[in-house]
Amino acid sequence: MTTRELEHTVAEELMKIAPDIEFSDVDLDEDLREEFDIDSMDFLKLVSALCTRLEISIPESDYPSILTVSNLSQYLEEKTVLE
Amino acid sequence: MAEFLMPSLGADMETGKLIEWEKHPGDNVKRGDVIAVVETQKGAIEIEVFEDGVLESCLVELDTPVPVGTVLAIIKTATDNNTSVDTDFKEVNSASEPESSEHKNTSSAEPQFANAKEVSAIGDTEDRFFSSSQSDRVKISPAAKREANKRSIDIASLTGTGIDGSIILADLEQSAKAGDRISGNTINSVAEMQSSSPESTGMRTAIAAAMSRSKREIPHYYLSHTITLTATRQFLQEYNLNRNPEKRLLSGALYMKALALAVKKYPEFNGFYSEDGFQQAESTHIGMAINIRGGGLVAPAIHDVLTLDLDTLMVKLRQLVESVRAGRFSAAALADPTITLSSLGERGVDSLYGVIYPPQVAIIGIGTPTRRPIEAEGAIAFSDSVTITLAADHRVSDGHRGALLLRKIDSLLQTPGAL
Repeated sequence: MTTRELEHTVAEELMKIAPDIEFSDVDLDEDLREEFDIDSMDFLKLVSALCTRLEISIPESDYPSILTVSNLSQYLEEKTVLE
Repeated sequence: MAEFLMPSLGADMETGKLIEWEKHPGDNVKRGDVIAVVETQKGAIEIEVFEDGVLESCLVELDTPVPVGTVLAIIKTATDNNTSVDTDFKEVNSASEPESSEHKNTSSAEPQFANAKEVSAIGDTEDRFFSSSQSDRVKISPAAKREANKRSIDIASLTGTGIDGSIILADLEQSAKAGDRISGNTINSVAEMQSSSPESTGMRTAIAAAMSRSKREIPHYYLSHTITLTATRQFLQEYNLNRNPEKRLLSGALYMKALALAVKKYPEFNGFYSEDGFQQAESTHIGMAINIRGGGLVAPAIHDVLTLDLDTLMVKLRQLVESVRAGRFSAAALADPTITLSSLGERGVDSLYGVIYPPQVAIIGIGTPTRRPIEAEGAIAFSDSVTITLAADHRVSDGHRGALLLRKIDSLLQTPGAL
């Protein structure tokens, strides 16, 4: 999958968690927890959904590198290529 | 024979509106079955039956607000040997209320009515529910009237389908839908109706009522204490290391378990305050304040936290948050928290001072963890720490005991493996 496709996947999962936020209004380089107003439970849900959907694992220690939509999409691209 | 009543889902609830029957007359029901869904200011809530038996009859119409304590249905239990359903008003009113034993506050509710037809027979009582104003001579339910005023709808133009031809909320919606096809103007009012759903307006009213009562009646005192999180951070890191996301623990579960253990030692923070004074709760049902997207919050309970291991507690916490976010949860969770926990999460500020939710007597606030300098073996080190607060009822406890409670939570969190 390309970064763009993965960004689309991330957007879809985020829409499920935060249906009231327009993805087009969001700054992809800002902390997505701020941008989508999600808490640690929502974030866990997002990680969980992405792991299942893309059949990858995301350890907690990688959380600091997936805190913006851009970083997360990039991270997922590397992961899906590797695994 | 047992009566199934509109439950009180919080001290602030006066009426509820039945929006769905999950069981129908003739169905077998078991204790714990969800038999109906009630719309309250807090959202759609599933209500459970307390007896085994057969659902004999449903006594109220859907989409009509009725006072707390109203008989919604009659359940024929195994001990019944007569088949006739006695729905005489007096009988219903004086009958024992087995389901309401845990909702003693309902005694102040309006008199009950047994079914739609008898409302007119009761005469005076009718006007308490459906005001028939002299000026417009249109019968309309209070909720519909409020909504009509809010949306500037001429109620004279509506056709009532409620009891006795009263206009009910559904009629407003029907009229809005009909108008939708005709004028662009009404489309706006449909959109407005959706945006002024229970979350945004009714819930704010409910919060206002409960919190005003709290500040009016409860002499709060406040304490705060800062806890080092080195031990819990390390514990969670190791615990979650090789676990799939759905098996991972969040710190919220640790706080809940620590609080349950702490109030076991300091029970004057766990229970209810009523006219008869403080009544200590036997169980520890911890209410978790959960933010609702778009505004408002609810604090449903996780039951018997003391008996749950961390994994089970985390599963229940996740389910509770998901059901609140989905806007539908069980009445049992809302009915009886014995103490509440409110946590700001990762993106908040240093500390949160809560307002006690009556009739409870304490609320614990968890701030946002930050890295702070601490003293360690004579030198300055940096550590993650969090400020926890207690707001408690001075009619029941004093700051001295409150401080011991917070210190107990602190010491429990220093050995998270033992939780």
